[in-house]
Amino acid sequence: MAEKNITVTLRVWRQANAKAKGEFKDYKVTSTTDTSFLETLDILNEDLVSKGEEPITFDHDCREGICGMCSLYINGHPHGPATLATTCQLYMRRFKDGEVITVEPWRSAAFPVIKDLMVDRNAFDKIQQAGGYVSFNCGGAQDANAIPIPKEKADLAMDAATCVGCGACVAACKNGSAMLFVSAKVSQFALLPQGKAEAARRAKAMVAKMDELGFGNCTNTRACEAECPKGISISNIARLNREFLVAKLKD
Amino acid sequence: MSIIDSKIPEGPVAEKWTNYKAHQKLVNPANKRKLDIIVVGTGLAGASAASTLAEMGFNVLNFCIQDSPRRAHSIAAQGGINAAKNYQNDGDSVYRLFYDTVKGGDYRAREANVYRLAEVSNNIIDQCVAQGVPFAREYGGLLANRSFGGAQVSRTFYAKGQTGQQLLLGAYSSLNRQIQAGKVKSYNRYEMHDVVMIDGRARGIIAKNLVTGKFERFAAHAVVIATGGYGNTYFLSTNAMACNCSAAIAAYRKGAYFANPSYVQIHPTCIPVHGDKQSKLTLMSESLRNDGRIWVPKNIEDAKALQAGTKKGSDIPEEDRDYYLERRYPAFGNLVPRDVASRAAKERCDKGYGVNNTGLAVFLDFSEAINRLGIDVVRQRYGNLFDMYEEITDVNPGELAKEINGVKYYNPMMIFPAIHYTMGGIWVDYELQTSVKGLFAIGECNFSDHGANRLGASALMQGLADGYFVLPYTIQNYLSDQITVPRFSTDAPEFIETEKACIEAQKALLKNPKGKDGKSVDSIHKELGHIMWEYVGMGRNKAGLEKALVELKRVRKEFEEELFVPGVEEGMNNELDKAFRLKDFILMGELIANDALHREESCGGHFREEHQTEEGEAKRNDENFFYVGCWNYQGDDDKAPELIKEPLVYEAIKVQTRNYKN
Repeated sequence: MAEKNITVTLRVWRQANAKAKGEFKDYKVTSTTDTSFLETLDILNEDLVSKGEEPITFDHDCREGICGMCSLYINGHPHGPATLATTCQLYMRRFKDGEVITVEPWRSAAFPVIKDLMVDRNAFDKIQQAGGYVSFNCGGAQDANAIPIPKEKADLAMDAATCVGCGACVAACKNGSAMLFVSAKVSQFALLPQGKAEAARRAKAMVAKMDELGFGNCTNTRACEAECPKGISISNIARLNREFLVAKLKD
Repeated sequence: MSIIDSKIPEGPVAEKWTNYKAHQKLVNPANKRKLDIIVVGTGLAGASAASTLAEMGFNVLNFCIQDSPRRAHSIAAQGGINAAKNYQNDGDSVYRLFYDTVKGGDYRAREANVYRLAEVSNNIIDQCVAQGVPFAREYGGLLANRSFGGAQVSRTFYAKGQTGQQLLLGAYSSLNRQIQAGKVKSYNRYEMHDVVMIDGRARGIIAKNLVTGKFERFAAHAVVIATGGYGNTYFLSTNAMACNCSAAIAAYRKGAYFANPSYVQIHPTCIPVHGDKQSKLTLMSESLRNDGRIWVPKNIEDAKALQAGTKKGSDIPEEDRDYYLERRYPAFGNLVPRDVASRAAKERCDKGYGVNNTGLAVFLDFSEAINRLGIDVVRQRYGNLFDMYEEITDVNPGELAKEINGVKYYNPMMIFPAIHYTMGGIWVDYELQTSVKGLFAIGECNFSDHGANRLGASALMQGLADGYFVLPYTIQNYLSDQITVPRFSTDAPEFIETEKACIEAQKALLKNPKGKDGKSVDSIHKELGHIMWEYVGMGRNKAGLEKALVELKRVRKEFEEELFVPGVEEGMNNELDKAFRLKDFILMGELIANDALHREESCGGHFREEHQTEEGEAKRNDENFFYVGCWNYQGDDDKAPELIKEPLVYEAIKVQTRNYKN
């Protein structure tokens, strides 16, 4: 538990912009075991600035594991070695003194690199825009308790809705598939009475958009589930497949 | 001297909003299509306003600083959202929510606004359920509730410890529907730099595309800022890294009054600071105070042993623990409002009873709850928070640590107050319009509803109230006479001049007078944070505040003469963007300190050590300070702002001393 100093070598992907050729660069940095991984990148960046060099660009915001902004492929794992945690929740006590840590951006055709470790995840927004909502205008809602929803259903919907949209599932998948991400939203609404009315339309529209944007197919490797920082279950993918099949059969 | 018109409607407080809606001007559907509205921000207030205005038929341009609207910091709100549904049959009502909020705000909020907030709170829950927000439910299928500080009823709706996330994703889904429909144009990774004024009205903004590094001009008939609070002025806070006050400060520089900046909320239950490399503080939800008990040792020797690391919390038996909140405030116990709980923790730590190596922490203990309910039930309620705590501190609060005389003791959490929320903000009238025509402010960004202290689970309520149910109505009263105003060209001289000023200001940040031997943005920001926390934090006094103002001048000079920003204007440059925000944080710090110095009383989150009772409670001065303090910019950052007062008028509630003891 006691805090110790730790010195590691960060092997970081540097890429000036979307079109530039990228390369790995090694940086030695000293941090402490109670310091987070992103704070260790902060320390390195302060050091780079003091030398007049450009700091490493990476996405991050809330730093408490909920906004989904942080990414990073660390030592071959999206969000690094910790399970059920995002990169911002990763602490240096997970690493060994003297370790070489490889840090890359998400690698996926649908997520092009913007700069260094930062990628463009706009494709995720586009999938949500295709159908990730209940078509309902503000103002006309009935009383919130008018429709009882069984607790088990509500809990399952909540589990699916926990997805933070970080893209780790896509980064983890050898096919670059976004099925876990899509299935989480389709499941949340398919499980709730509010979402039932347009369930078929939603499943078709979101899957079609996903295909259009260049995400790969799902071959059930379960890598997405294993790497998901929020523990989204692949049973959601099974539910999406059912919803999609039912929707297609209706056509 | 300028005059304040808060436009509060006539009539008894319970009828004002109904009367307003019955008599306000509306815009007909054909005309709505001709009107454009800029909404800056995509948090609860921004996303709900953007989607609702688009549903109504307006054209919306919506901006966010992150890579997606879904990442706005509302997403991190944990505990819940209040509403006066009275589903628990525990005596709740619109009036009681109104009363609790006014009392919680230490009688410094505007009555009419708070009543409206309580009134629409129920609509928010209905709206969110209709959107498919998966709130927690009982086995019978109905919605569940929990309790929060400052209330004696259970009125808080929640979705595990992720209520903000679910409400924001709900608003984001409605927003997506409107983006798909073409009614909202979404601009991600854009940061607003300035408001464009034409003939005394806000007619657009200059925003920077953070990826290309280019400034762009956007015109509209009205501008809404929903850009959150200014907590990051203190460097360390529970706010996200990108949270900043630059949009609010841009509005302030253009003539929007800044109201009550000294009302800053310090949240009692955050994970304590651990070193000088820390980038932000992590909140442990207030909901933990439903079952967690806050304590320090009764004996100073035990505290010293804890500080030296020779004892652990679980080594100290029940009879030697001082549950100081339960002792001082029997009626509300661990669920006193945040300002009261934070000050009580500070008081114990100042007396030497702190429990970690820095002496700046107290315990939050679940032993009693685990012994009463079993670990499974406790984990069901707070499991994700326990996990989050363990990931950061390496201590599992649900782990049995010791048994003394047959009593089981579990590892307690260590917590300490941290900057969390800002009640102050851009001044708005009843219609949420700032003192600049055509410029509106909603959510945490405005000052309106929380007075000097915000109650738990009320921020989500206010953000969504403003965005779903208030602004979409009130903005029409402004827009109704704008229907004949044609769209402005962004080639108008006002746009070109404002953009030029933005470019010049950015160039100045890259001057680097000392080259790379200068100071980094973060190092200057940390200095600012230290000054703010030390002299403008939980306990303030005249001498300290005067010192802070001198120190802040020094920091500004340092910023001007020693700042080093690497890189160039073109393309993405995070350091440059941080420097732009820091410049405004420094001005914000001065605003907070000036307001705190002028307000010779203690109220809510503003505690002046000179003004306290013998028991150490906040002592208000209603005779001299029963007003909203509005600061008016004088054309130059170096000039002291002018103070304008909006007197508070209470018709429904009798103003009295807050009491959480009995």
